[in-house]
Amino acid sequence: MSQFVPGSGFLARTASDLHAAARKTFYADEFAHTPGFLQSLDPRSKIVGLGAMVLAASSTRHPEALAAMLVFGLLLAIASRIPLKVLAARAWAGIFLLTFVLAGPAMFTTPGNPIIQLPFGIQITDHGLKTAALLILRVETAATFPALLILSTPWMHVLKALRVLRVPVALVVILALTCRYIVLLLQTAQDMFEARESRRIGILSTKQQRQMATSSVGVLFTKTLVLSEEVYLAMRARGYNGDVFLLQTFRMRPRDWAVAIAMPAGAFLPLLLK
Amino acid sequence: MHIPDGYLSPSTCAALYVGAAPFWYVAAKRTNRLLHSRLMPRISLFAAFSFVLMMFNIPLPGGTTGHATGIGIATVVLGPWASMLSISVALAIQAIIFGDGGITAIGANCFNIAILGSLATWGVYKLLTVSAAAGSPRRVFAAGLAGYVGLNVAALATAIEFGIQPSLFRDANGAPLYAPYPLHIAIPAMMIGHLTIAGLAEFFVASGLTAFIQRTDPTLLGNATTTEPQQTSTRRLWMVLGILLMLTPLGILAAGTAWGEWGASDFADPEARKQIAAASLNAPLPVHPPQGLAKLSSIWTAPVPDYAPVFLKSESFGYMMSGIFGVGLVIFASQIVAWIVRRART
Repeated sequence: MSQFVPGSGFLARTASDLHAAARKTFYADEFAHTPGFLQSLDPRSKIVGLGAMVLAASSTRHPEALAAMLVFGLLLAIASRIPLKVLAARAWAGIFLLTFVLAGPAMFTTPGNPIIQLPFGIQITDHGLKTAALLILRVETAATFPALLILSTPWMHVLKALRVLRVPVALVVILALTCRYIVLLLQTAQDMFEARESRRIGILSTKQQRQMATSSVGVLFTKTLVLSEEVYLAMRARGYNGDVFLLQTFRMRPRDWAVAIAMPAGAFLPLLLK
Repeated sequence: MHIPDGYLSPSTCAALYVGAAPFWYVAAKRTNRLLHSRLMPRISLFAAFSFVLMMFNIPLPGGTTGHATGIGIATVVLGPWASMLSISVALAIQAIIFGDGGITAIGANCFNIAILGSLATWGVYKLLTVSAAAGSPRRVFAAGLAGYVGLNVAALATAIEFGIQPSLFRDANGAPLYAPYPLHIAIPAMMIGHLTIAGLAEFFVASGLTAFIQRTDPTLLGNATTTEPQQTSTRRLWMVLGILLMLTPLGILAAGTAWGEWGASDFADPEARKQIAAASLNAPLPVHPPQGLAKLSSIWTAPVPDYAPVFLKSESFGYMMSGIFGVGLVIFASQIVAWIVRRART
């Protein structure tokens, strides 16, 4: 049975995960307020332009087109003063590991002409290599553009700009409320785990750790219910009666229109390549 | 289990958005009818709760830890429709803001986790808690098992979507364009982790939280916030049955042979022999069918062998017709049994 070791058990690990998520949440807007190319655009034009890039990256069958899109994404990041290190951590690192684990064996198992012979009769086939390279390139490229959108735009603006895709107002408000309370609940959960850790004496068995985890989930759940009612009453106090309205403060300028038209047009050109 | 962009073809993603849309529509209507102005804060807070819950490390037997998704407890407390909305919102936020799951795959992730997961969880939970009081220990086990099943149904749906990609989307040279593994690899690869670690985490969270609610506020288990409608007709049942019948040809997509369902004639067919060997870890196959198998298999000849009526050329249509015929027979037989039971009672 595994034992709880101070600083390395599930309490510390969960508190650390919560802390990392809270940090990511708090500092997500950091680059959205620095001057740069993407930051200067209307969020709606970014959603249309960068969304088209994601769709094109998912659709194209040409590795060359995907590589060109990836380079374009890097240029956009540089023009928007978003450090490539931040982009790599946010969009590429985690997903690369997952995709490599998935795509790696396909190099050996996909039938095709052998191009590299390895010991024990293992061989890499041409189709296998292409399949793995295409999948990794596609996934990394497609992940780059949503990351650029989020890094260059305040969250609430992204959610509000979803209206351009005809997302219902009610859903936009629900998404915005969720984002806001994720921050609060992350903080609450982190405080809770730290409070438990600071009162822990001795070693906990796996069963005790599990009981503690589920009881913490229970407390957080009860707090969520109470908070839900409080938020509702606060909304009622401000005149809310079930109907929602959204203030529209965005303004499309010529350069926004240019991006909203040119980026999708450029993105879908590769699809026409034979 | 969160599918990133690029693993599924755009047409698969579009199909799953279309598949999810009616569920979202019905869920929004039903939930709004019950909660009305409380809908927004309630759904938002539960979505935020599900999001934070996914960060918790749950200690599991054997010393490892796993993450739960919250499907189990959200469905048990909120009911299937509100759970669909909450989990969908959490998944959308994860994809849009945190890059966990793809933008084009939001429909697929919601369909698998929020919709199929919630429905499967609800089905198991309701089945196991018939006539159980709010404080009954049976609810604790039922919630855990329901969460376990819900999560695994979602994982299976994800594996199937991955597994059909290589047979549907290839380039001119035959190389897969998206997820590269067929069903017989994708399904075990996905299910092993979910049937063990992830499923257990969901089981412990759902059952532990149900036990906690029983001690603190058992009224929540009395479906205070669920939106289950009163069943007044069997129309919906017929609709579901109809959809399932339409989906019966899906089985044709599966690669290889159904293990252990071989006929005596398969042992003489070189192609069938290859498939049997491939499905049996290439164990040597007897040249002739085993004597017992050959003898017993000739006792009865099915009127519609392999679900393929002889007068139909289309295999898919044959599957569907066989399904309709089989369902009709089952309904007919159950009506006769019901009639006999009614007569015996009176």
